[in-house]
Amino acid sequence: MKRLATFIPLLVFVAIGVIFAFGLSRDPSRIPSTLINRPLPEFSLPPIADAGVPGFASEDVIGDVSLVNVFGSWCVSCRIEHPFLLKLSRAGEVKIYGVDWKDKPGDGAAWLEELGNPYAAVGDDADGRVAIDLGTTGAPETYIIDRQGRVRYKQIGPITPEVWNKTLKPIVEHLKKSS
Amino acid sequence: MKRAASLALFCLALLAAAPARAVAPDEKLADPALEARAEALEHRLRCVVCQSESLAESDAFLAKDLRKLLRERIQAGDTDKEAVEYLVRRYGQYVLLLPRFEPATYVLWLLPGAAVLIGAAAAVFYIRRGRNAPAPAPLDDADEARLKQILDEHA
Repeated sequence: MKRLATFIPLLVFVAIGVIFAFGLSRDPSRIPSTLINRPLPEFSLPPIADAGVPGFASEDVIGDVSLVNVFGSWCVSCRIEHPFLLKLSRAGEVKIYGVDWKDKPGDGAAWLEELGNPYAAVGDDADGRVAIDLGTTGAPETYIIDRQGRVRYKQIGPITPEVWNKTLKPIVEHLKKSS
Repeated sequence: MKRAASLALFCLALLAAAPARAVAPDEKLADPALEARAEALEHRLRCVVCQSESLAESDAFLAKDLRKLLRERIQAGDTDKEAVEYLVRRYGQYVLLLPRFEPATYVLWLLPGAAVLIGAAAAVFYIRRGRNAPAPAPLDDADEARLKQILDEHA
């Protein structure tokens, strides 16, 4: 019994060490979303002027498993992500909606003109209110929406082929099958 | 003497310096009472982009937008609690620089106190045990002689 007591400090130290190791390996910039398994907040976004792509409202997203992608022409990682979104959209893997976050007039249209349009619809979130309602902390961020219009996953940072294949695609396919 | 005076003056100047703020003059509310409430609140809220800064200190555009939003809520008649809750619904408790006391945060709040109590209890236990321990039996003559011999050797 006494011998056991000698080891208590060591056990406590190991337990605390394990907790700290977990804490340190987490990326603090990835704030968990409060929207998971809840419906998209209600919004209705106008189209980007002169882009030739319709705007959309939250209820338009109901019906199909789809992605809602928050981007901006000022965002560097969005430029990295864009070609892959085009590929996904052209392959018909999933329907993608865009939220053009805090772009100056003309910038969003020029972006789509230059890089191509992967989106079924793009809303112009010029004052950034919809992004705040979504709990966006930076661009790009992508939400997976199920058929009932509920948010099921939030991807922070660009969708790379690796992120898509390992994380997002399995969720999208599961949702397509189950609902 | 002159040096001490200038040092004192320097310290006074430091006291007079305003804390870092990023609120631009055009963001402020016209009503000073409402503006004071907004300013008090934004010191308690975290900038979700920069993380270790409060909303009041951050220059990130999202922090600017959130300050504006906070003022709109307050002007629309939200209480402080409602305005904060509005942001918590969107960004989670993460936006609170001071986490709430509720089941999910019990461990966070109570662990330091518990650790102090357990440590104090252990300390008291060991000190008492040390005091109450029976005194060692007196040395017999043979031991006494041996001890004397050792001490002499090393004297």
